[in-house]
Amino acid sequence: MKYSYFPGCSLEKNAASYDVSTRAVASRLGMQFTEVEDWNCCGATEYVSLNLTAAYSLIARNLAQATKNTGLDQVVAPCSACYLNLRKADKVLGQDARLADRVGKALAAGGLSYKPGSLHVRHLLDVLYQDVGLEALTAAVTKPLTGLRVAPYFGCMIVRPSFHNGGEDPEYPTSLDKILKALGAEVVDYPMKAHCCGGHMTQISEDTGFEMIRRLIKGADDYQTDVIATICPMCQLNLDGFQGAMNRHFSTNYHIPVLYFTQLIGLAMGMAPKDMGIGDEIVSAAKALAKIGTAVEPEPAGPARRKKDDKSLPMPSRGGGVA
Amino acid sequence: MSDERFEPKIIAFLCNWCSYRAADLAGTARMKYQPNIRTIRVMCSGRVDPSFVLKAFSLGADGVMIAGCHPGECHYLEQNYKAMRRYEMLRHTLLAMGMEDHRLRLQWASAAEGNVLSAAINEMIEQVRALGPLNWPGLWSENGGHQAAIERLPHEHAEALEVSA
Amino acid sequence: MSEKVGVYICHCGSNIAGTVDVVELAKFAGELPGVTVSREYKFMCSSLGQELVAEDIQKQGLTRVVVGACSPHLHEKTFRRACAMAGLNPYLMQMVSLREQVSWVTEDKALALDKAKAMISGGVRRVQLQEELEPTPVPVNPNTLVVGGGVAGIQAALELADAGYPVFMVEREPSIGGHMAQFDKTFPTLDCSACILTPKMSDVGTHDKITLLSYAEVEEVTGFVGNFHVRIRKRARGVDEKDCTGCGICIEKCPRKVVDEVFEAGMGYRKAIYRPFPQAVPKFPVIDRANCTFYERGTCKACEKFCPTNAIRFDQEDSFLDLDIGNIILATGWDLFDARRLSQFGYGRLANVFTNLEFERLCNAAGPTDGKIVLRDGVTEPKSIALVHCVGSRDKTTNPQCSAVCCMAALKFGHLVMEKTQAEVTSFYIDIRAPHKNYEEFYDRLQDEGMHFVRGRVAEVTDAARRPEEEGKLIVQVEDTLVGKQRRLPFDMVVLMSGLQPRADAREVGLRFGISCSMDGWFTERHPKLDPVATMTDGIFIAGVCQGPKDIPDSVAQGAAAASRIQGMIARGTVMIEPVVATIHEENCSGCRICNNLCPFNAIEFLAEKSVSYINAALCKGCGTCVAACPAQAISGAHFNNQQINAEIEGLLYDAVRGNGGAPKPVAVPA
Repeated sequence: MKYSYFPGCSLEKNAASYDVSTRAVASRLGMQFTEVEDWNCCGATEYVSLNLTAAYSLIARNLAQATKNTGLDQVVAPCSACYLNLRKADKVLGQDARLADRVGKALAAGGLSYKPGSLHVRHLLDVLYQDVGLEALTAAVTKPLTGLRVAPYFGCMIVRPSFHNGGEDPEYPTSLDKILKALGAEVVDYPMKAHCCGGHMTQISEDTGFEMIRRLIKGADDYQTDVIATICPMCQLNLDGFQGAMNRHFSTNYHIPVLYFTQLIGLAMGMAPKDMGIGDEIVSAAKALAKIGTAVEPEPAGPARRKKDDKSLPMPSRGGGVA
Repeated sequence: MSDERFEPKIIAFLCNWCSYRAADLAGTARMKYQPNIRTIRVMCSGRVDPSFVLKAFSLGADGVMIAGCHPGECHYLEQNYKAMRRYEMLRHTLLAMGMEDHRLRLQWASAAEGNVLSAAINEMIEQVRALGPLNWPGLWSENGGHQAAIERLPHEHAEALEVSA
Repeated sequence: MSEKVGVYICHCGSNIAGTVDVVELAKFAGELPGVTVSREYKFMCSSLGQELVAEDIQKQGLTRVVVGACSPHLHEKTFRRACAMAGLNPYLMQMVSLREQVSWVTEDKALALDKAKAMISGGVRRVQLQEELEPTPVPVNPNTLVVGGGVAGIQAALELADAGYPVFMVEREPSIGGHMAQFDKTFPTLDCSACILTPKMSDVGTHDKITLLSYAEVEEVTGFVGNFHVRIRKRARGVDEKDCTGCGICIEKCPRKVVDEVFEAGMGYRKAIYRPFPQAVPKFPVIDRANCTFYERGTCKACEKFCPTNAIRFDQEDSFLDLDIGNIILATGWDLFDARRLSQFGYGRLANVFTNLEFERLCNAAGPTDGKIVLRDGVTEPKSIALVHCVGSRDKTTNPQCSAVCCMAALKFGHLVMEKTQAEVTSFYIDIRAPHKNYEEFYDRLQDEGMHFVRGRVAEVTDAARRPEEEGKLIVQVEDTLVGKQRRLPFDMVVLMSGLQPRADAREVGLRFGISCSMDGWFTERHPKLDPVATMTDGIFIAGVCQGPKDIPDSVAQGAAAASRIQGMIARGTVMIEPVVATIHEENCSGCRICNNLCPFNAIEFLAEKSVSYINAALCKGCGTCVAACPAQAISGAHFNNQQINAEIEGLLYDAVRGNGGAPKPVAVPA
């Protein structure tokens, strides 16, 4: 199973553990990834509402670059936003001839071209569910996640709109549940599984953004979830990165780690947590994973914070004032 | 009738229960369509013998339409499926005999779809008008008409015929 | 001998004459070969118009008539009758549609005239090859088969039986009663459903003219109107009906409890040997072999041990009954929409989400909770109940149709809740559909009684609480369109008003009887406005919800209507079979049997001794498919034979000039 691989900006930095765990898991499961050469940002969510031609040219450049991987007509994107953008661009350019024409000219200016319909854009979840399949996954499991209560969280983008959700029920998708079950985990019947995480709302209106995150975390907590499994870096960032801020905002005390589903797959296949990027998450998964006997190396302690009334002087770092 | 424009003559076989009623509905609703079509009522699209179609072409029709009930809605339960099968065979044969596509058309229209039928009629008339008069003998003339006809066949059938230059 | 054709061009006021030059057209027709009389007249369908035709037939010795007027669907009968009364066989008349097919759809008058000339020309050539035909009278057997023992079927059966005609009722379940027997009360009168139904059920069970075949299905139907042969499979009850007294001791003693998925809608239990409900007709219980210990392991036999009259027969087998039937009424009812398909309502996942049918069983005093409205735990009384309308109705993703009864049922539920509990009840609706007698007043009444109404489609029913007040409740998320706000309302119980759907096997059952279903799955009536109980197949009628969603009064009315039609036919004694049928000419038939499988009405059989095929004219519906298929052209279709249609084609193309220079020759009229 060979694919072009489109990591997207998030997987470079804040979702680096998604990238690391995906690559590690891929080779074990017989998937061969060839990264798209010189890919660029997909434009995430807002650009399309500002300038159609520019936005779709930006996205289509990635598709054009992907065609350079000769013989590979499938492009896998682990990030839901990248996936939706690439897939939507391919569909829209195929339907809107005038837009396709303008975008074509933009690409041509860079010596590139893309014929809509020539690539199949897939989400990583779909590839694992359809191409690898539950049987192969189950066979690869050596350390089942028995006793770990995992809530499958799809987020809103992968199941809507229906032209790309592979027939999943947008209100109640089940592919991730089945994958987690195959890993031996206790799958939580999470009612918020396809509800929006708020996207960028934390930057626009904290009240709204945090409330949306609170609902999701509370929903998981109500069902005694140990770990939330995500498939999208934005969701992961909101639920993990902003969990502390949300707690402070509402004076709550939730502590539910949020991991990528590929990290859990790696763990179940007996890989070391460090190799899956576990330990990088902000809400630590150590306690949850200790429950199933997996030790997570503690993060190296950062420099201790200086107390307010500390009058001591800093130690020299280089030559005492010498430039 | 204008002298500059070619006016095709199209014969339509309409099934009594659905498509004929659709034509009636188009009439009651005063939906206008071009008069190039002349209709024959049969009880069912399954009644349409391929020889009727050939007869119509040979007598001067430039196009033939067979209209019936939507699959699953045939008054006689499943006879429009038989019409469908015959149409496929007939279309294939006509193409092989050098006739252009679109001169024969199979159209489903339920009794409530007067608009669908009148739109289909107008569309077909324009398509046949663009093809010009059916000049069957001309297509088989010694000057490569035979070869041109073979070339119009779907690829796999042309290969099967193994026509040499 | 050549024919004498009379052509009559109708003006139809200005409907035809306004666009087509009828005088010119009549002149043109008069010059066609074979035409001796050609007239135009303002209104051919009027009595004067018809007299014109009659006079010419008698005085001028016309042998064929062509009427150029409106659509044959309107007046073909009229002119056929006019010809018949003047002494000319009605099938020697041909109508040409000059109105719907020419004047009403063509703008250019000159072009309209050209088209009209071609259509008349076609008709004139065709009519000269038409033949005299006579319809065949067939006797009508007074036996009627009613399939389905719901309220529509029951009504039909009782009316026929009271008129003195024998009725055979076939019902799939062990008892008649249908869905109406499951309900608690009926709207708007709030009559107890069983109380008004059971007297009728009892009448059916005891009527000397009705033979009730319960726990039975129709296996095969052959024949034609007035003369059907029906094979019925009586499934093995495991109980001998002659010996059983209906005492019910077997049911009491049976140790196996099973969830009753049918009558109790999955909410209650029954035994392995059971009656669906106490007032079941007939009273004989049935052994559910799939769940009976004896059939599984060979042990138990408690029912046999305790039966005082020795009526248990474990080795009983299905038996078959062959009946001669004159007419059949299908009253097979409906299935409930599966609310699990709409996962956002949580049915099947969230314990206290119920369907309307489940709620009926809760309210019913003979139901699993003795009529107490309680939550799924069987104990707790809800303090707040939400009724979600249009679940699986008015929904493009599932069923687009309105199910006609759920709004009224929701009002009824509201009343029952307020009568039996202290709970608040809220309806979430799109529209309140209360069309019939006293329905709107019932809606008024419920508003006065304090039922709450929120106009908006429910987006979601969830247990994911956002605020402390929502904890432990079912939250209904809805856009309240009258207030213009999104609302989240907490409830203890949510009832989904699931829609009515055609039976899962409706298409298959329909084909068994020779009728079809429309694209949405309900049986197809002959005419949705003017003939809702007849079908395209003579002798087969439909009644009740199987024709489309409707309430009890309408189902009863349709049952009565179907019965009345059949009574008319039986009283008449004979029915006329249209002569537009196909015939196989033995001498030309090679016995290839290509035609045999083409007939969906099984009208074609193969006569092995003669090695030819044969068409039963009474079964033939005249579609002509076999006529077109016969490679030897050994089959002729009356009134639509090859010569007639070819002549019509020639006439229509009378003005076409071939590319190779020739004009078609005029048709040679057979000597």
